Amino acid sequence: MNEFHSYRRAERAAIARWFFFAIFLILSVAFFRTQVVQHERFRLRAEKNRLRIVPLVAPRGVIYDRNGLIIADNVPGYAIKLLAPSVDSLRAVLARFMAVVPLDTSEVRGILARYRQAPYQPVLVLGSGSFETVSRLEERRAVLPGLVIQSEPRRYYPDGEAVAHLVGYVGEVSERDLASDRFPGAQLGTVVGRAGLEQEYDAELRGQPGVHYVEVNARGRLVREEDVAPTLPAIPGQAIQTTIDLELQRYIDSLWRAAAPGVRGAMVALTPSGEVLALYSAPGYDPNEFVGGISTTEWRRLIDDPAKPLLDRAIQTRYPPASPFKLAIAAMALKRGVATLSTYMPEPCRGGLQVGNRYFRCWKPEGHGRVDLEGAIAKSCDVYFYQLGLRIGLDAILSDGVLMGFREESGIDLENEIAPIYPSNVAYFDRKYGPRGWSKWGATLNFAIGQGENTQNVINMTRFFAALASGGGAPTPYIVRPRSNQVRELGLSHDQLEGLRAAMIAVVERGTASGSRSLDLALAGKTGTAQNSHGEDHGWYVGFAPADKPTIIVGSIMEFAEHGSNVAPYVNKVLLRYVLGEGTGDAPVTVAFPADSAPRAVQIVPDSIRLVDPVADDTVLPPPPAPTEP
Amino acid sequence: MRSLGPDRPLMAVTLLLAVYGILILYSAGQTDVVTQAQGVWVRQLLWLGIGVVAAAVTFRFSFRMLEWLAPAAYGAGILLLLLTLVVGTGQGTAAGTRSWLAIGGQQIGQPAELAKLAVILMLARYLSALREPPRNLRELVAPCLIAGVPFLLVLKQPDLGSAIVFIGILFLMLYWSGVKPSLLFMLASPGLSLLLAFNTWTWGVWMIVLAVLLFAWRPYVVEAVFLYIVNSAMGAVAIPLWQRLAPYQQNRLLTFLNPEIDPRAAGYHAIQSRVAIGSGGWFGNGFTLGPQKRLAFLPAQHTDFIFSVVGEELGFIGVMVALMLFLMLFLILLRIARRATDPFGSLAVFGVLALFFSHVFENVGMTVNLMPITGIPLPFFSYGGSFFLIASISIGLALRAAWDARLSGYADT
Repeated sequence: MNEFHSYRRAERAAIARWFFFAIFLILSVAFFRTQVVQHERFRLRAEKNRLRIVPLVAPRGVIYDRNGLIIADNVPGYAIKLLAPSVDSLRAVLARFMAVVPLDTSEVRGILARYRQAPYQPVLVLGSGSFETVSRLEERRAVLPGLVIQSEPRRYYPDGEAVAHLVGYVGEVSERDLASDRFPGAQLGTVVGRAGLEQEYDAELRGQPGVHYVEVNARGRLVREEDVAPTLPAIPGQAIQTTIDLELQRYIDSLWRAAAPGVRGAMVALTPSGEVLALYSAPGYDPNEFVGGISTTEWRRLIDDPAKPLLDRAIQTRYPPASPFKLAIAAMALKRGVATLSTYMPEPCRGGLQVGNRYFRCWKPEGHGRVDLEGAIAKSCDVYFYQLGLRIGLDAILSDGVLMGFREESGIDLENEIAPIYPSNVAYFDRKYGPRGWSKWGATLNFAIGQGENTQNVINMTRFFAALASGGGAPTPYIVRPRSNQVRELGLSHDQLEGLRAAMIAVVERGTASGSRSLDLALAGKTGTAQNSHGEDHGWYVGFAPADKPTIIVGSIMEFAEHGSNVAPYVNKVLLRYVLGEGTGDAPVTVAFPADSAPRAVQIVPDSIRLVDPVADDTVLPPPPAPTEP
Repeated sequence: MRSLGPDRPLMAVTLLLAVYGILILYSAGQTDVVTQAQGVWVRQLLWLGIGVVAAAVTFRFSFRMLEWLAPAAYGAGILLLLLTLVVGTGQGTAAGTRSWLAIGGQQIGQPAELAKLAVILMLARYLSALREPPRNLRELVAPCLIAGVPFLLVLKQPDLGSAIVFIGILFLMLYWSGVKPSLLFMLASPGLSLLLAFNTWTWGVWMIVLAVLLFAWRPYVVEAVFLYIVNSAMGAVAIPLWQRLAPYQQNRLLTFLNPEIDPRAAGYHAIQSRVAIGSGGWFGNGFTLGPQKRLAFLPAQHTDFIFSVVGEELGFIGVMVALMLFLMLFLILLRIARRATDPFGSLAVFGVLALFFSHVFENVGMTVNLMPITGIPLPFFSYGGSFFLIASISIGLALRAAWDARLSGYADT
C-alpha cells in the first residue's frame, strides 16, 4: 500500500505537524488574551466573587457641654449581622438564631427587607447585642454560618431622658432620606441623627465609615474575616462643643420630675447673648432606646402616647403668649411714645372695661384700681392693657410685633422649629373673616393681652425676654453656633429698658409672682396664663436674674398649670441655682399664689376663634425613625 | 544498533505530564470548602500505578495480536455501550447522564472510554487492510459506520464530549490513511450545513460555495448529487433537531456563543473558568493558593475544569508549560506513527494521537471558551480511572510501536 510508504507518511506528518503547531498557537493566543491582556478585568471579577464589604462604623463625635461635660458619648458595643447567600438561607439561619435571641415576626420581616435591599452586605440583625448575647452566639457559631459580630462604637447618652429633646436620637437612615439626599454621604444602613443636635450637626458628628473585607465561598458562606484585604479605617466624627450647661439641664430635669411629675411643658434657659444654657421638654424619652434600632413596641408606645413624648415642646409647639406678651405691648407703647412707665390710663380698673357695646373683663373681678404702666405690668392688669392697646392701634401692634420677631422662628440651631403665628397686617383678618366679619376693637384688645391670632413657641418668647433683659437686642439663640448674626432691636432707650425691668422685678416682689420671691437675689419675670380651649389653662413664666444685670433668662410653660404663678417658682429656682450656684435653689418653695390674669379671649366674631391647641393638630412631630419594621 | 530500551522521549514526556497532573490534582483538593476533590489525588496515584502496569502489559502485546483482537474489542465496546444505555448511571458532573456502568452500586467505569480505544483499533485494522485508501464517499461508508455506531450510542447517553472525540478520531485517522482532504471536507459538509443552517443567509452562501467546490473537485455525479441533497436536508432538519435537544444542551451551545446570556446557570461554568484563568495573570496565585478554586467558585475543578486550576495558580507560564508538554507528546506520537513498521501500527498510534489531541483541544479550549462546554477529561490531569487506564494503554501501545520500529532498524533513518 503505497500510501504508507515512508515518504508519503512524511508528507502527511509534515502537514499534521503544522496543524498541531497552529492549534497550539491558537490556544496560546487565547490564554494570553485571557491571562495577560484581560488579566485586570478577570482579577477584579474574581475579587468581586469572593470579597464582601462590611462597613466599619465611625464613632460619632462626642457632644460636650460648655464646661466639658459629656452629653453624648460612645461606648463599645456589638452589632450582630448575618451574611447570607439567599433569602431562604437567611431564613434558615434566623430560625436557629432565634433560639438564642428571640425576634418577633415584624423584626424578622424587617431583617428580610433589609437583606433584599443589599444582599451582598451583611444584614444587621441586632444593632446592640450585650456581651452575654454575643458570647452565646459565639458558642453556636458552627450552626450560624455567616455570623458577623462587629465591635462597633455605640451612642450613649449618660443623662438619658434629661437631655432627650436637646440631643435628639440616632437611627438608620430611611430610604426616603436617601432618595432626597438629606444626609449627604449616607448609605443604606448608615446611622444618622434623627432629631435634636444629632440631626442638626449630623454632617460633623457622623464621620466617615471605613471598609473591611471578608471572604466568602461560592455559596456565599463566610470563610475568613481577618487579613483578607487591606482595611480602610473609619474616620471618627468631630466632637462638638455646645453652650449647654449640663448641670443646669440636669437640675431642671430633676426639679421637674420632683415638683411637677407628669406635667407637660418645656423650659428654656438662655444667656443674654443667645447661648442656650438648657433646653428641656417634658415628658421626655430615653434616647438610648434608639441606639441600634428601637424596638417596634417601644416605638409604638412613644407614638401612641397621648402626651407625645417625642414632641419638643420648647421649639415645636405654639402656645398663646398671654400675659408675657404684655411686655411686648408695653415696649411698643414706650417706643412709640404713647405712654411712659408712669402713664395712667383714663379708666381705672374696676374689673372690666366697656368698649362700644361690649364689656371686656379683667382677670381680677374686683379690679386693680388706678395703676400706671409699671403697676399694670406688676399686677398684669388687663384693663390697663386694653386701653394701651387701643392707644397704640392694631396696625402698629402688628407691624411692631413683626419687627420684634414674633412672626418668625427664633432661628435656634435645631431642626423642625415651628413658626409662630402672627399676622403681619390687618389684611389677614379681612382674608380670614371677610372685611365685615370681624371687629377691630375686639382684635386689638385680644392682642393687647397676648391672646387672639398670636401663638408663640417657648424659645421665641424667651428670646424676646432676652432682649428686654439685655441691651434691647434679641440675638438668635444657639446651642453650637448661631444660624445668623441677626439681632432684633426693640428700639428702646436704656432708661425705658430699666423701667420695664423694674416692673418685672415688681412682678416678683409684690405682683403675680411674689410667691416665688427670693431674698438672696433680685429676680425679674412675667407670668402668664394661656387660654386653652381643651382644658385647664397653660401657665407661662419667663424670668431672668440678676434683675439689675441679667446673666440668665429662663422661659417655661407648663400645660394645664392653670396659672403662670404656678410655674414661676420653678423658674426662679432655676435662676437662683444658676446665678448663686448649687444648693441655693433647693430651699422648699411654699407660696400662696395670687390668681393671675385669665380673661376669656374676647370674641371678635360670633363664633369663637378656635385657639391653637398646642398638642393637637398644630404640632410638628419629628420625622419618625425607621423602626425595625418594613 | 543502539540500545533497545523503550522510547525515552515518550516515557519522559508522559512521566512529566503524569507528575504535573498529580500535583494539580492535589492542589484541586486544597479548598476552604468541603468538595469532592479533597483527597482524590491519592486515589489517582493508585490509578497511576495501575496505569503503569497496564502500559507494561500492553507493551507485551504484538500488533498482530492487537489486530487480531480488534474486532472482539470493538464488539465488546459496542455491547457495553448498549448495556450502558439500559442500566447506566450518572456520576459527578455528569450526574444526569447514563455513562457509567455499575455492579452492585459500585461504579466500575465508563464504557465510552474503552469504546474509543476499540474504535481506534478497528479503524486501524480496516484501513490498513485496504489496498488503496477510500477514494469516494461510498468507500467511506464502512469506516464511518465503525466510528458512527459508538458515536450514536454515546450521543444517546448523552455524552456530547465523548461523541465529538469519535468524530475527531475518525477524521484524523482517515487523513492518516491517505484520504484526500477534499473528500474529508465533503464528508464533513453535512455537519457544517447543520451548524450554518441557523441563519438563512449563511446557509445560502454555504450551499453556493459547496456547489462550486463540488464542481471543482469532480466526485462521481451520483455522489455529488447525493451530497447536495444531504446538505439541503440537513439545513431543513436543523431547526426541528435543535428543538429536540434537551434545554441544557441548547443552553450549553448558546452560552458558548455568549456566556453572559445566563451567568448564574448555564453560563456559570464558562464564566467562572475564565475568571479563574484570567485572574492568574503571568505567574498565577501560587500553587494551591487560587482563591476561585479554594472557595469553590470553580466548578468541577478536579475533573473537567482542572486546567483552570493550572491557569489560576500557575498563570500563563504554567499553562504554556502544560501546553508545550502536550505538544511534545503529539509530536513524539506523530514521529512514532510515521516510523511504525506496518500500516496497522502506524494507524493505531496515529489514532492514539487523535484521541489525546481531541481530548486536550476540547478540554483546554472549553476552559477559555474556545470550545463549547462538554464533560471530557484532560489526559493525565483530570481525576478519573477509566480514561487514565485507556490513556496508559494507549501510551503502552505507542511504546510498543516505537520498540518495533527500532528493532527493524527503522528508527535510524
